[in-house]
Amino acid sequence: MSVNQARRSLLKGVLSATAAALFAALPRFAFSAWPEQAFRTKNIPDTLQALFGTASVITDTKGITLSVTDLAENGAVVPVTVSSTLPGVDNITLLVDKNPNTLVAQFMLAPGVKPFIKTNIKMAETSRVIALVRSEGKLYSTNKKVRVTLSGCSN
Amino acid sequence: MENTIKIRATLENGVTTVKLQILHPMDTGLFKDPKTGNVIPAYFIKELRCEHNGKVVLEAVWGIAISKNPYLSFSFEGGAAGDTVKVSWTDNKEQSGSGKAQISAA
Repeated sequence: MSVNQARRSLLKGVLSATAAALFAALPRFAFSAWPEQAFRTKNIPDTLQALFGTASVITDTKGITLSVTDLAENGAVVPVTVSSTLPGVDNITLLVDKNPNTLVAQFMLAPGVKPFIKTNIKMAETSRVIALVRSEGKLYSTNKKVRVTLSGCSN
Repeated sequence: MENTIKIRATLENGVTTVKLQILHPMDTGLFKDPKTGNVIPAYFIKELRCEHNGKVVLEAVWGIAISKNPYLSFSFEGGAAGDTVKVSWTDNKEQSGSGKAQISAA
């Protein structure tokens, strides 16, 4: 074995050991990176740009159902339900345009998962809640204004 | 983290509905502790993954505006009674938790 070959195989060994160590050090599940930039945005166009690379959205009040109260007495817990009749929905995103950060949450749905999400969100003040749905590569949205009596930012 | 998550998965007319709740403070990092005057640091779940029999059905990324003790419901086709639904999460302090439930017929 020449020096070069020996060095190469040694390098190979070191590299694969490093790779194995890195792999073992990974958390049990590591997936789509948390979109830090998108979670810092302060308005809807910036959020859309950060998440989807486009701010163009089709307003669709028939294909998306956004169920949320008109009047939230406690902004700390505002139940929101989003469902859709659009085909091939693979992404549902919730925004609140007057929260400190516009983006609330994003849900990625595998094929066979119903276009339906129910969760509780916080609202800092009276604002629109926006539901975005991606269907066959296109973005659709609907929104509803929610009056907030007690800010959800106190806890 | 143990016992931080409650999951129920129910099968009805070929659709499995999953309801889950995680015990987590979901602190925003925007508010002060009224007693000490110090800002309570942000402490929130960032990522959630739901699997059906080992296959990912839903992933979510969350910010600080998901309520304390997060609740989520969603549904998917193709589950069978006895199948396993697993939910895992990680927060901004690199802590994680997970829980499992068997799908039950309604």
